[in-house]
Amino acid sequence: MEGNFLPIVFILSGITPIRAFPDCLEAEGGGSTVMTMCGIIGVMDKSRRTMDGSGIRQALSMMNERGSGEGAGYAAYGIYPDYRDCYALHVFFDDVHENKPLLDSALAQWGTIEHDEAIPTCDRPGLRAVHTPWRYFFKPDPSLAAPEDEIVSALVMQVNAARRGALIFSSGKDLGVFKAGGWPEDVADFYRIEDYEGYIWLAHNRYPTNTPGWWGGAHPFNLLDWSVVHNGEITSYGTNRRYIESFGYTCTMFTDTEVIAYLIDLMVRRHGLDIDLAVRALAPPFWEEIGRMPAAEREWNSALRLAYASAMMNGPFAIVAANRDMMIGFTDRGKLRPMVVGECDDRLYISSEEAAIRAMEPRVESIRMPAAGEPVIGRVIA
Amino acid sequence: MIGSLPPRYRISVDPVRCMECGRCIENCAYGVFSRDGDRIFVNSRNCTACHRCIACCPRDAISLEEHPCDYRSHPLWTREAREAIYNQARTGKIILAGMGNALDYPAIFDRLVLDACQVTNPSLDPLREPIEVTTHLGKKPASLDLRRREGGDVELRTRLTPNLRIETPIMIGHMSYGAISLNAHLSMARAAKETGTFMGTGEGGLHAALHPYQDQMIVQVASGRFGVNIDYLERGAAIEIKIGQGAKPGIGGHLPGEKVCADISRTRMIPEGSDAISPAPHHDIYSIEDLAQLVRGLKEATEWKKPVFVKIAAVHNVAAIAAGIARSPADAVVIDGFRGGTGAAPMVFRDHVGIPIEAAVASVDKKLRDQGIRNELSVIASGGIRGSADLAKAIALGADAVYIGTAALVAMGCRVCGNCYRGLCPWGIATQRPDLVARLNPDEASNQVANLIRAWTLELSELLGAAGINSIESLRGNRDRLRGYMLDEGLMQVLDVRGVGA
Ligand code: SF4
Ligand code: SF4
Repeated sequence: MEGNFLPIVFILSGITPIRAFPDCLEAEGGGSTVMTMCGIIGVMDKSRRTMDGSGIRQALSMMNERGSGEGAGYAAYGIYPDYRDCYALHVFFDDVHENKPLLDSALAQWGTIEHDEAIPTCDRPGLRAVHTPWRYFFKPDPSLAAPEDEIVSALVMQVNAARRGALIFSSGKDLGVFKAGGWPEDVADFYRIEDYEGYIWLAHNRYPTNTPGWWGGAHPFNLLDWSVVHNGEITSYGTNRRYIESFGYTCTMFTDTEVIAYLIDLMVRRHGLDIDLAVRALAPPFWEEIGRMPAAEREWNSALRLAYASAMMNGPFAIVAANRDMMIGFTDRGKLRPMVVGECDDRLYISSEEAAIRAMEPRVESIRMPAAGEPVIGRVIA
Repeated sequence: MIGSLPPRYRISVDPVRCMECGRCIENCAYGVFSRDGDRIFVNSRNCTACHRCIACCPRDAISLEEHPCDYRSHPLWTREAREAIYNQARTGKIILAGMGNALDYPAIFDRLVLDACQVTNPSLDPLREPIEVTTHLGKKPASLDLRRREGGDVELRTRLTPNLRIETPIMIGHMSYGAISLNAHLSMARAAKETGTFMGTGEGGLHAALHPYQDQMIVQVASGRFGVNIDYLERGAAIEIKIGQGAKPGIGGHLPGEKVCADISRTRMIPEGSDAISPAPHHDIYSIEDLAQLVRGLKEATEWKKPVFVKIAAVHNVAAIAAGIARSPADAVVIDGFRGGTGAAPMVFRDHVGIPIEAAVASVDKKLRDQGIRNELSVIASGGIRGSADLAKAIALGADAVYIGTAALVAMGCRVCGNCYRGLCPWGIATQRPDLVARLNPDEASNQVANLIRAWTLELSELLGAAGINSIESLRGNRDRLRGYMLDEGLMQVLDVRGVGA
């Protein structure tokens, strides 16, 4: 097995010094405890060559054992090249006629709607459409003093907290989230995701224990550029939510995963941390390990734990997250949820199940299981 | 005429069991027992229920009964209400009382229940998996400036304020040398050292015998400024400004002159035999700015190397006060709830002033978060922490750590008899009488206190593991892991917890 390795490159955390590679690299193998709850998968093409949604649809359906037919979703990067400079806002309306005029006027206050339309859908027998999905291509008003990202994130928080029958569930540029209650194939076919071409895809098959049925509770969760899929249950949610809300975020989705998207946004966009450091704050080394580090490393690792103590995530989890330039995967410090990494040519795969990766890429050359808490970070080149 | 009141306790000695060894006579500091020919004569009226005799009797011959002769029962005119009146009608004075609040308020801790994992996430076994309870007290940056150097090394540009690292979130609170004995202090200091935690000096200064443990000591600066000089400040691992105390918010303290022996006079830096009076306010603190100035002054004096805590009694607007403290260079606020113990306090204060620690911690944590300054201040809860469940609940409500006081005394033998102010503690704790002090063996007592801290720490790890949490910071302020049981809506809102089943 060792010998089959291609020159794969990951970011290693743990006690070895952090090195940034343009690619991805693997950490040592580690066992995993079987606790099925959700199936997740992510794929990234590091040369930004796009793939349509049929492959990820196929992969996700391999994990139906991990779902209950009550929610699934996809996130795709690079799908709106014609509106590359606009924020693509994906919205669930409870009632288009009633709720849309309100949102239109709110958006008009904050900027310009370049274009908007219903997200094309196709009725599926197994899927009851409880919301109408809509998309806006939106530009914040440049005369507003705040940075664009700040305006859009404030807008998302306000609209979602107001609960007026409109929920913005995706707000990045040149990307979109497609999610609903139902089995993965039905959700994929409902949105016709094979019609989209993306270079990063995340997908999630849900076994809801918290907020069944509600479309907003399905994954992926997105804020601006970052999207997250998550398998697990965050036992520190009460601490994390109160922490993130003290920075002006509002948790509105009734599920623990949204907090991860906001924590990454806080640390990376607002506090300027590199993603590997942000991940390290979310799943930090144990104090005992920190104690064994050389002085300088010990100092910044301690600082990270102290400053971000309330951001640290506890409980079993495997997370795959992406922005336009990278895809990352990491587990909790005890690795109580499975995570498998595969590579094939320019493509990096991270998933709960090897079978899902093989469904998408039968030729996959290496399959690895990173150790607990070790992040896998793959970056696009160019 | 008022006449004599019914005795509070009745002691009886079973003549069949008694072997007339006389240990009860020797051990009772209150003179309950005397020898009457070949039997033991008992004067129950002197009894305080300190249980020293019962603990020493080799034949289990002694029995103690509370309220052997009570008043006609009445829900409003309780025994205590009536006796307070008789007492004051006779003396015209303020009634003093010891230990904590003795009124029958419901304990909120007992109406909160903790959570555990089932199925959807695995609970953790502390025997197999690491559970971290190490805690850091002090200011923490809100964000970090971490740069990556050429070679990929990470460089930390943010300067960190020194924090106090404790191996378990249990510390021993401030009880002064004077209020309690040197042996009691020594025992607790050793226990703190053994368990990797800290202990408060109280406002009585730091006796030379405790210098070997100074790295475990938090030195207190109170309104009387007893024992405070630069040497004292420098010896401590941290400094605590005491503004108020949960057992008697708003008033000062008084150590009677007869307790000020040579040793205490030296440690407190006051003349032998003089009353040690701590004024109600610090006479250099009349506003929050003045407090900030004193914090800065103490930081300056110790070259910004030591964390400075501020202790306040839990009063109605405790949250706003804590937010003010957070804006000073202070590192932690100690909140002392209305069940906090004391050697002596006016009964009217002990029983009626202040608010419960549970509500105080919850509202302080919330206020600091709402203002985005939670990292500026650690929160230490104290006053009535009786076990690891109270500890876990206090942390889930938002505390970083707790101070224990009464629990540490109980671990040394204290029976919570509430007569500390009389200076005759038969357990050698709240006394300066050499023969009584000698009863407390620091080798033994330190072990008992250390055992208590270890036992609670083990239980805390088990509770964390069961909740699927492997690090204490993920419990802090995690009200989602608490539920209120038979609490009213209003209080649940303050505590920010949902009811059971919700
Ligand atoms: S200690 Fe017990 S056995 Fe000894 S004299 Fe007193 S009552 Fe009797
Ligand atoms: S410390 Fe106080 S309450 Fe405890 S036994 Fe001694 S006198 Fe009684």
